[in-house]
Amino acid sequence: MSDIAERVKKIVVEHLGVEAAQVKEEAKFIDDLGADSLDTVELVMAFEEEFGIEIPDDAAEKIQTVGDAIGFIKGNAKS
Amino acid sequence: MRRVVVTGMGMVTPLGDGVDTNWRRLMAAESGIRPIQAFDTADLATRIAGEVPQGDKANGHFNVDGYLAPKEQRKLDKFIVFGLAAAQQAVEDSGWMPQDEEGLTRTGVMIGSGIGGLQTIYETSLVLKERGPRRVSPFFIPSALINLVSGQVSIKYGFKGPNHAVVTACATGAHAIGDAARLIQFEDADVMVAGGAEAAICRIGIAGFNACKALSTDFNDTPTQASRPWDRKRDGFVMGEGAGCLVLEEYEHAKKRGAKIYAEILGYGLSGDAYHITAPSEDGDGAMRAMKAALKRANLGTDQIDYVNAHGTSTMADVIELGAVKRTFGADAYKLSMSSTKSATGHLLGAAGAIEAIYAIKSLNEQAVPPTLNLDEPDEGCDIDLVPKQAKQRKVRFALSNSFGFGGTNASLIVGPA
Repeated sequence: MSDIAERVKKIVVEHLGVEAAQVKEEAKFIDDLGADSLDTVELVMAFEEEFGIEIPDDAAEKIQTVGDAIGFIKGNAKS
Repeated sequence: MRRVVVTGMGMVTPLGDGVDTNWRRLMAAESGIRPIQAFDTADLATRIAGEVPQGDKANGHFNVDGYLAPKEQRKLDKFIVFGLAAAQQAVEDSGWMPQDEEGLTRTGVMIGSGIGGLQTIYETSLVLKERGPRRVSPFFIPSALINLVSGQVSIKYGFKGPNHAVVTACATGAHAIGDAARLIQFEDADVMVAGGAEAAICRIGIAGFNACKALSTDFNDTPTQASRPWDRKRDGFVMGEGAGCLVLEEYEHAKKRGAKIYAEILGYGLSGDAYHITAPSEDGDGAMRAMKAALKRANLGTDQIDYVNAHGTSTMADVIELGAVKRTFGADAYKLSMSSTKSATGHLLGAAGAIEAIYAIKSLNEQAVPPTLNLDEPDEGCDIDLVPKQAKQRKVRFALSNSFGFGGTNASLIVGPA
């Protein structure tokens, strides 16, 4: 399962152009990692793509930290 | 009326990155036209274009990493990248980077494009068809919108004055400069970053212009010979890409801060053909009226213009423009020099008027005029000085630049020493 966390962090690093060390589980995409609202939409799309899942809009709104994303994906991932 | 001067210039073109590289290569009669590298052209009638050379900035090539972080690059269509790069060069060149609220609110941006994010629209339409609406990027729309060059430049520098964008096909760059100058004259702003950006060299762009029989198709094996304004063998324009930006500034504002002044925007004329969607009116009446309006605004006689940077696209329309110049200038047409720098850069569509205004300003500053490449055998009636093949030194008191666009839209700018 730690594999999921690594894959999530890798996507965050690539999309937000931040250092890997900044991408801690408690880090908030908008407040801590410099994302704007469009970046978060794109991140969710990238998670969907990577893990072959669908993240509904109401669930996506609750994904505010790296840990939120990892948690949701662990609960829903097929691969 | 408030006077408007040029205090900064920036450009990215098929000849390279930066004004100095451009001018050096242009005056050395070099061509920026090559076989298309960016995509497969096997099934296209046209397989050549003026792509911006990518590589090491030290060689005058364009390196996107020098302008934008990778994270930002993904969110922008190439026309916005080129526009941002040209604007950055112009702003840095001008030294105008205010930090105070007054300075920021008195500085605006007007950078247009003929087509906008064509490649992005094409790619996204494929995503939509093949993978559905949920896979469409949230950055699709802001990456493709024409006014987002102006938006991005304003966000980058905090310029809070008028934020505007011109869309008049191949006259965009000239209209943007002329209209921005008027915003300064009307006191809506003291400084404007103005110009045009384009990146339509993509499969759908080439296919589209091929369909309206606008592009050269006879010179795929000899690309540097393809753009040949006024020559008998010309067979259509060659597409170019890139951007040009000027920093325009109210004269007293520029003087007060000790800015270097390249030129003054003296004349601007506009007209419409009301004739055809892609062809200019056969008598060149629209072009003539634009030039006459610019001369009137500049309060100059026809004997005072020494250089005309022609629209000259390497199409049948070249002789129509020449006819319009002869009717506008009369006997004085035989004393001026006129050249088409599109012979070297190809046609940058919405950016053409902006890069050519810069070339016209350089002709004033350097007292020299760039050549018309490939003019081996001038077409019938092409008997004025079209500066064939080689640049030349000559007196340039005032210069005029023409830009005409699909839809029958015409603009002429006149520049002179401040």
